[in-house]
Amino acid sequence: MSLEVSAKSTPGDPGNRLAGSAGPGFTVNTVAPDLIAKPARSPWSIAYSRFRRSKLALFGMVIITLMTLATLFAGVIAPYGENEIDLFNITAQPSEAHVLGTDELGRDELSRLLFGGRISLFVAVGAALISTLIGIVVGTVSGFYGGWIDTLLMRFVDLMLAFPAIFLLLIMFAMYGSSVLSVVLFLGVFSWMWLARVIRGEFKSLKERDFVEAARSIGVPNGIIIRRHLLPNVMAAIIVSTTLNIAYAMLSEAALSFLGFGVPPETPTWGNMLNTARPYYVTVPILAIAPGLTLTIAVLAISFVGDGMRDALDPRGRS
Amino acid sequence: MLRYVARRVLESIPLLLGIAVLSFIFMQLAPGGPDALFARNGRMSAEQLAAIRRSMGLDRPPHEQLLAWITNIFQGDLGVSYSQFRPVSHVIAEVFPNTVILMAAGLLISLVSALVFGILAARRPYGIFDNVTSFLSYFGLAMPVFWFGLMLQLLFAVRLGWLPSAGMYSPDGGSTQDLLRHLTLPALTIAIGSIAGWSRYVRSSTLEQLSQDYVRSARSKGLTERRVMTGHVLRNSLIPLVTVVGIDVPLYLTGAVLTETVFSWPGMGRLFYDALTVRDYPVLMGILVLGAALIIIGNLIADLVYGLLDPRITYE
Repeated sequence: MSLEVSAKSTPGDPGNRLAGSAGPGFTVNTVAPDLIAKPARSPWSIAYSRFRRSKLALFGMVIITLMTLATLFAGVIAPYGENEIDLFNITAQPSEAHVLGTDELGRDELSRLLFGGRISLFVAVGAALISTLIGIVVGTVSGFYGGWIDTLLMRFVDLMLAFPAIFLLLIMFAMYGSSVLSVVLFLGVFSWMWLARVIRGEFKSLKERDFVEAARSIGVPNGIIIRRHLLPNVMAAIIVSTTLNIAYAMLSEAALSFLGFGVPPETPTWGNMLNTARPYYVTVPILAIAPGLTLTIAVLAISFVGDGMRDALDPRGRS
Repeated sequence: MLRYVARRVLESIPLLLGIAVLSFIFMQLAPGGPDALFARNGRMSAEQLAAIRRSMGLDRPPHEQLLAWITNIFQGDLGVSYSQFRPVSHVIAEVFPNTVILMAAGLLISLVSALVFGILAARRPYGIFDNVTSFLSYFGLAMPVFWFGLMLQLLFAVRLGWLPSAGMYSPDGGSTQDLLRHLTLPALTIAIGSIAGWSRYVRSSTLEQLSQDYVRSARSKGLTERRVMTGHVLRNSLIPLVTVVGIDVPLYLTGAVLTETVFSWPGMGRLFYDALTVRDYPVLMGILVLGAALIIIGNLIADLVYGLLDPRITYE
């Protein structure tokens, strides 16, 4: 009979673990060696294998990877240049020369779709990152320090949520004009609220736990406590929120550009391609169908990945 | 219950105030100031400009302007439109009912469809119907709203000619039937996102209810399945839906702008878009404030209805 105890970090200290699970941090096996408990796997590898089990999430991952690669290598694989004009083929139907037709200036639709994807993806990812950053900062300060700053920040969050973002954004871009960077910035500034609330809630409860008190009592400074003990617990929420924000930012950019107040039309994005296609969608419908379909598929893929990640990182799931 | 209502209403007032203040700050931020349109007009003399500035109250100190703005808002005075030279409140009031019609139709379609799809999907989980509706709702959530509207327009109005493609009434029409025909596509467009989201919510909420003990008791009591569903399960699964509906109000405003632009529906959204193109700031601010107020009221109503349906949350 052998006693096997596998050592892990002390129970309850999520310094290198994911949120929530409060089970014992050790396994005890008092039976024969062939039933010895397997070595502990890191929560990331557990999540990874759970992610791989969802077919939808994998499917989404494949699609979005293909799309990203296609847009990154647009310079190589696109049949025409981004702004290359074919004067003999203005608003042409799909043909052998132009698989998806041409737009009102004679530019090849397929090539513009590929190049436009770059900006669409860049804007979406950029906005999501900015929103994640703001959300982490606000949520951390609010949840950790509490008190009046917490009340102030949460009232601010309520205020931001009460504003119809699209009206605000449109007015701002009408006032000051828009560019790729300003679109990224402002989209990010309007979508951090959910993450901030989640992080604040988590921090408020985690702050009272024993391991935080223990860390404090041996003199660990606040910043280190936040970084090493509290933030890893909300990693799951951060990852999921960022992913879903990418999808949301993509749709928002499309809406803004469609109304003419997003990215200026010289730089193609899937959104403003829909805008320029509008007058011609009766005669050359592919110009309106293609960018929208690509957008939908991209957002779909990202949503699948985001949902898959959320289910995989949920500490209450099976492993 | 009354205390709950009073508390929620009281919490909303500072929010409304905050919105009024923020929109005032915004207006000041417009390049060239609120009087930019007039200042840029080269044919105005200095005295005319000064007179206009005085009439807009721009020569008074900022805090006085802010106070005036706020009191004006609560009295319903939102300024004067730059492009139509009429009070903003009149301009908005003309088109507001049209948007309400659109939103109400969309809401109705969404609620009914979401309930039907959600509950039917929950009755046979992972069956064919469930899988198909799940996939369709993913699709519906991923689609840009305006693109869906364009596609509907393309298919049903342009190619098939079954339904009119734009506007609220035909030039010679005016009957209810005419309105309904024009309403169909826009309402469907504005509803699709909500149908997709809410049906999934209803489905998971119903599934959760069906696994509860009281369902088993009701069944063992001998109640018909139908009675169990309509009498007990339905009511309990509706409750979380109320909050989701209330939270989705901002989405409807966004959808209204996009849908009304696609279908040239003469509502608040299209007014906003038109005002944008001519930089008619008073109208824009007026719609912003109104939109924010609608969101706050929407959330308030959702909370109150939730309190009615589930009295437990009022005991705080």
